[in-house]
Amino acid sequence: MRVRVQSAPFDYGAECARFGQGGRDVGAVVTFLGVVRDDSGRLARMEIEHYPGMTEKAITTIAEEAKARWQLADVLVIHRHGALEPGEAIMMVATAARHRVAAFEAAEFLMDYLKSRAPFWKKEIGPDGAEWVAAKDEDETALSRWSPESG
Amino acid sequence: MIDVLYFAWVRERIGVPRERIETSAATVADLVEELKAREDRYAAAFADTSALRVALDQELTEFSAPLAGVREVAFFPPMTGG
Repeated sequence: MRVRVQSAPFDYGAECARFGQGGRDVGAVVTFLGVVRDDSGRLARMEIEHYPGMTEKAITTIAEEAKARWQLADVLVIHRHGALEPGEAIMMVATAARHRVAAFEAAEFLMDYLKSRAPFWKKEIGPDGAEWVAAKDEDETALSRWSPESG
Repeated sequence: MIDVLYFAWVRERIGVPRERIETSAATVADLVEELKAREDRYAAAFADTSALRVALDQELTEFSAPLAGVREVAFFPPMTGG
């Protein structure tokens, strides 16, 4: 399992090629890449603030939970902070499991939790100034489907 | 003494990323009341605590949580990772 929090870009292709290699019990690898999107057409850059120390701990806890719940052979999470331009890669998740359902579900679980439980805050910088991105209600709703009651 | 950290717009409203505070507050909510009484910038940042999250020693918790033994308190808006 690897968790990396960094300001530097990462090489998605190289990370994907390296991930989940060598395990004879791995039948499925799912990878996800998050990219800076420009909804308004006026986004100059996004600035991502984080809480050094807590960020690594929170992601590691989430990744360990996913690993145990879906019996993953491996998990990788890379999340960037600092200034990013539209089109740049923000983060990636990779999961390796025996079967594809587990790999897909674990990747979705990780994404849902990273969105609202990892201490990152996005700020959008445009020609008219800067604005913090507000958390969405549906991000919380997305988490509830992973609670034990809903299964 | 306790380290108090602020992130995102909470940091911007208060004007510093972190500070050391001498407090005898029993809970996070008590600490918030103490800070609000200090200066307007704190009152502005903590006007609506339902819009805020708090972590004690880097673990998310509730505003009712006790502060005994805690070294680091952090206040921030709901997270927007991913």
